[in-house]
Amino acid sequence: MSELSPQALRAEAIESLLIEKGLITPELVDDVIARYNERVGPMNGARVVARAWTDPDFKSRLLEDGTAAIEEFEFEGGQVEKLVVVENKPDIHNVVVCTLCSCYPWAVLGLPPRWYKDPAYRSRIVREPRQVLREFGVVLDENVAVRVWDSSAEVRYMVLPQRPDDTGSHDREALAKIVTRDSMIGVERLLSDA
Amino acid sequence: MDGIHDLGGKQGYGRVERDVNELVFHDRWEARVFAIRMGAVTSGALANTDQFRHAIERIDPGAYLTHGYYGRWLGGIESLLVESGALTAGAIDEAFRERGGKSENLVAARPSAEPDTVDRPKVPGTSKRRLKRQPKFATGDIITTLPDGVLGHTRLPAYARGKKGKIVLFHGAWVFPDTNAHGRGENPQHLYTVSFKGKELWGADAEANIFVTIDLFESYLL
Repeated sequence: MSELSPQALRAEAIESLLIEKGLITPELVDDVIARYNERVGPMNGARVVARAWTDPDFKSRLLEDGTAAIEEFEFEGGQVEKLVVVENKPDIHNVVVCTLCSCYPWAVLGLPPRWYKDPAYRSRIVREPRQVLREFGVVLDENVAVRVWDSSAEVRYMVLPQRPDDTGSHDREALAKIVTRDSMIGVERLLSDA
Repeated sequence: MDGIHDLGGKQGYGRVERDVNELVFHDRWEARVFAIRMGAVTSGALANTDQFRHAIERIDPGAYLTHGYYGRWLGGIESLLVESGALTAGAIDEAFRERGGKSENLVAARPSAEPDTVDRPKVPGTSKRRLKRQPKFATGDIITTLPDGVLGHTRLPAYARGKKGKIVLFHGAWVFPDTNAHGRGENPQHLYTVSFKGKELWGADAEANIFVTIDLFESYLL
């Protein structure tokens, strides 16, 4: 008896056939795991945000042409042919989704969390974003516009969260540490909602 | 395709379930699916992203909802591997049973008997293209989206059909997924971000002061 799920068994079965045919190597799985655990993840986007918070010139370039602005970071990991960075402001809150599949800006945020890919988030965030955000702990006043970005083509979106007030003395590295993945998707605010 | 994947605005899926200590890969098999995808590219079974997305839309709808993201990938890739002749369904089933898989287990893949012949990208690694034709619309224009769905792959979500919106961004020309997914050519088109008001999409029940923006190809717009 195997304890693996049917999907896991099927993946093993197909992998073994592809290895037999010389189309992949057995080592590839470990390469993939290392890549997305160590090099391609939200720590990349956090560096971009910290830079935008501390460098007004970079920030305007980032908002004008996100793709060009992040080139200097030399991130690896595809899925970003065009990056659009959308800025949260006191009167606008942005949040990102892909209702048709699970498009996500891999190069800056890594692989998406499970909830981002699940039907509940994909179906609801375009219809009742305020309610979904409330469930995430983000309570917004009605005069704050909510803008939901449904990534239906090859453009990828990342949210530039608002910088918390009490971080004036933080250097860039310390700032990057407080920037969360969820704040760059738009389901978390780094400010207190009080 | 009016498939299970087109989830925007659907109801009944419950709360968003989060795991705050989530791992990048929950299990080794999920990373294995990545490796399998690379093998599918090398073999030519997976030629472009649009074809891959459509293969995922075509999997068993029950599996779509229950097998998770990598299960959906696995189903889509298996369909393409079989359709292209890279692997046979018989060989996959046999290797599955050898590992303890049961015939009653739901299999996500739904390979078509007559697969489309799909091309690799003309410019590898990118779907941005140059187009001499001038864009039909400009930022600020009010457009209406097409009212009907199509039989094959499309990137106009059902919830945004026949709706009025405002063009807020222009992105230049990109490969058109609706034809590229089916081997009917890249047919690059201008791409726009269109902003829709909550009330336009959801009527009187819409939450106040919400907007949904969707990236839409020129031929979706009237």
